[in-house]
Amino acid sequence: MTDVRVAGVGLTRFGSHPDRTGRDLFATAALRAFEDAGVPRIDVGALHYGNFMGALAEHQGHQAPLMAEAAGVRCPATRYEQACASAGVAIREAVRTVRAGDADVVLAGGMERMTNLPTGEVTEGLAIAADDLFEVRAGVTFPGAYALMANAYFDAYGGSRRDLAHIASKNHANALPNEYAQYRREVSVDDALSAPPVAEPLHLYDACPITDGASALVIVSEEYAAENDVGAPVAVTGTGQGTDRMALGDRDHLARTPAADDAADAAYADAGVGPDDVDVAEVHDCFTIAEVLAVESLGFCSTGQGIGAARDGITTAGGDLPVNLSGGLKAKGHPVGATGGSQIAELTRLLRGDHPNSNYVDDAEVGVAHNAGGTVASAVVHVLEVAE
Amino acid sequence: MTTERTEDNERNEGTGRDADHGEWLEALADGEGYALVCPEGHGSLPPRRVCPECGSTSLSREPLPDAGVVETFSVVHVPSPGFADDAPYVNAVADFGPIRLTGVLRGIAAESDAVEIGRRVTATVEERATDGEPLIVFRSIGER
Repeated sequence: MTDVRVAGVGLTRFGSHPDRTGRDLFATAALRAFEDAGVPRIDVGALHYGNFMGALAEHQGHQAPLMAEAAGVRCPATRYEQACASAGVAIREAVRTVRAGDADVVLAGGMERMTNLPTGEVTEGLAIAADDLFEVRAGVTFPGAYALMANAYFDAYGGSRRDLAHIASKNHANALPNEYAQYRREVSVDDALSAPPVAEPLHLYDACPITDGASALVIVSEEYAAENDVGAPVAVTGTGQGTDRMALGDRDHLARTPAADDAADAAYADAGVGPDDVDVAEVHDCFTIAEVLAVESLGFCSTGQGIGAARDGITTAGGDLPVNLSGGLKAKGHPVGATGGSQIAELTRLLRGDHPNSNYVDDAEVGVAHNAGGTVASAVVHVLEVAE
Repeated sequence: MTTERTEDNERNEGTGRDADHGEWLEALADGEGYALVCPEGHGSLPPRRVCPECGSTSLSREPLPDAGVVETFSVVHVPSPGFADDAPYVNAVADFGPIRLTGVLRGIAAESDAVEIGRRVTATVEERATDGEPLIVFRSIGER
């Protein structure tokens, strides 16, 4: 099996880009990824691209050929829609394409445009990642679904809004030096506690913002990197994906995410590492409670213990296992279809030592990315390791 | 009744939109809500052709219990446009034996302090305040 390397990463600034089309956002990310990689576009053998709600936001379906054009590549191009895990599955398919020997160079990533829609339409658009018949028509919104999980968690294991506020505060602090982050301002625990409610127990600062942005990665085979003298010190050594029942109410437990357990187990086995080997992680904190569930599924905390990880300083920048040094979805922003690619780009920068927060993880060898769709009916986990 | 489904019996016609789901919703509104249950005891809601847990094609209709128990809830302040006039409202997931239902808990203040996990509720179908569309509604049975 061919080993897989990340040759280059590219991101747009995450935030509000009201005047820019989706194709321009992805073109920018791809341009930066090619500049970073030093790989010629002509060598690209496949594009794997993630997007969730482009048909609603830009009245644009069939986005893969459009994005191949925008990136300046001519190759088999495929769009993946997996709600908030769209780019995660696109990256996973890029890894699988290289491993299979189908291509030596793959462009992967994603794009989402959201701020051009009124908030109500975004709320409605995000809700379609839930079960239409039994959740959306019952009034379940995206924040509402995670609020249901949060109250179920509190009931089963304890914890409070204050514990969640520590996660918001941590991730906002991490975003401060990140040039790509949407919100580069501190939010204190008290700020988070006093913010207006969205879907109780979740309040404004428990939720990620509405974001435009794109991510792109140039993924290559180890042989290609060696033969062409491409600097690609970070390897993707593990990939895993999991699926659960679509509707939250149909799950075995309302405060656990077994799809992410399965994705993590598969990715760890693929890489030959375990949770104790992980030095740094980017996890899918679309809401603060989601980070709690993620660190439990990834095996960093036992079930019911993840709620205290930020409060106790375990997952803070200076902690034993920094989580979301990029700022996470929470503060860096969440352009839904781009997020899974952004996580891998940020982890790569952290492991290479060229991220503004790399100083917190000087000796890091192993990083993990956790990307989730819906209320974690889908999950993708990747393991990245420093190979050179 | 076992609904072993074949291509000859593809649709329950005349039940409005979303065929089997519409029929199920009407049954719930008439106080005759049911779950589809496989021989292993896994419950699910229509439309189903196989059990989503084990793949069994032998699904029987079993009546839902009269009362369910709230397992979790949220007070929703920022709704989708279809619930604009309903907000704030209490969203809840309640255990009804072989299945859980997700709906809106009415008849109490839409405040976190007014609701608790473990509350016993009935399930019925009422209208959304916003647009009159059918909505699964829970109502409390006495006090907990």
